[in-house]
Amino acid sequence: MVTLGVFIRRELRLLARQKADWLNPVLFFIIVLCLFPLGVGPEPNMLQLMAPGIVWIAALLSVLLAAERLFKDDFRNGVIEQLVAARQPLLSFVLAKLVTNWLSTGLPLVLLSPLVALLLNLQTPAFIAMLLTLLLGTPLLSLLSVMGAALTVSADKGGILLALLILPLYIPLLIFASAAMEAASMALPYHGQLAIMLAMLLFALALVPLAVLSALKLNVS
Amino acid sequence: MRPIFTVVDSQSLVIKPTAFPVLPGQPLLTACGLACIRQDRVLFEQLAVSVNAGELLQVAGKNGAGKSSLLRLLAGLAQPDEGRVQYCRQDVTAVAADYAANLCYIGHQSGIHEQLTALENLSFWRAAAQQAPADDLALLARLGLAGLEDIPCRMLSAGQQRRVSLARLWFASRQLWILDEPFTALDQGAIAMLQQHFLQHLQQGGAIVLTTHQSLSLKYDKLNTLELAYRW
Repeated sequence: MVTLGVFIRRELRLLARQKADWLNPVLFFIIVLCLFPLGVGPEPNMLQLMAPGIVWIAALLSVLLAAERLFKDDFRNGVIEQLVAARQPLLSFVLAKLVTNWLSTGLPLVLLSPLVALLLNLQTPAFIAMLLTLLLGTPLLSLLSVMGAALTVSADKGGILLALLILPLYIPLLIFASAAMEAASMALPYHGQLAIMLAMLLFALALVPLAVLSALKLNVS
Repeated sequence: MRPIFTVVDSQSLVIKPTAFPVLPGQPLLTACGLACIRQDRVLFEQLAVSVNAGELLQVAGKNGAGKSSLLRLLAGLAQPDEGRVQYCRQDVTAVAADYAANLCYIGHQSGIHEQLTALENLSFWRAAAQQAPADDLALLARLGLAGLEDIPCRMLSAGQQRRVSLARLWFASRQLWILDEPFTALDQGAIAMLQQHFLQHLQQGGAIVLTTHQSLSLKYDKLNTLELAYRW
């Protein structure tokens, strides 16, 4: 536990020093959302209709953008290799990466959701649904993108590979998250969709750290 | 984990040994019939390695002879194509956790993050070694880095970064050190200091496997050399 605390502090310190790593994806998210009304026309009903898809696709892409550099520095300077040799601290390292990845990419999207609601002319029920889906969905996005980053860490130009690998895994989340928002905008119950998202999150939470561990070990050997 | 060294006096960093898991003279790391193949080239085959507690093994050979590959096999980072590595007469894959807990591997890359200061890097590695935070300022001063503790490591020279990386050898209470080119970029004074530290570790029953192109100037009788021939 002490180790995990030290590792999380280290990651937060690095994020504070390399602001571009987390600020760029957040700005990307905002810009994409600003472009949509310009592209499809500022018709309020149209925007409301398209909002679930727009929000979630922008979120997927911005989380993906943040994932690419996640393990790169530590891989290049040998930190990961030496942690694999030390064995025990590797899990704490992976958990620290997962937690700080969500804090730096998922949480800003949740915090920005009122602004998004304003941009896309969302009504209160749809806004609450968006907030809930982002709260449940962004940790899952982080988990999957960390897994992709671990798998592609030793690839020289891993960015596109990462996108091809991870985007298909986002599909179930995309379907249920936008379905929940759609249902909310029509004043229908959406507990079912949220429950399925929670189930997916718990499933990933149990298995992804193990997959990341194996991927990192594989990449140094 | 039970602390193996206890620091008696943090000012002068006098280290008092408490027993290592393996007694001096006992086999710590052995390997037999090792083979390593890289890109269809056999780097070595039928290689036997034996390191007892209290011994130093210098792996020598030309560039590309497979020194680093051998060290990575011994550290458990890669699997040999043939043969096996044993720790305390047991297969390393069977006792991987015990082995890793008694090993300090510092590879070709320094393991130092350039954006973090020397102190922050050391506290990271201390946590990774399951050690309580301690006074790293004194340690860094001893390594000739006084006044540079709070500068991001990318501002330090290559030799200074190497010193930060090797500082782990002063606090990691591990019996076996596997070091890939530890003297790279170090100046004469630092090399002498490091060798002195090696001597202390060996006398306390530790063991070291290292690669270097320098000749060691240690006054110690259990220095072994393994010459790897370059093969096509």
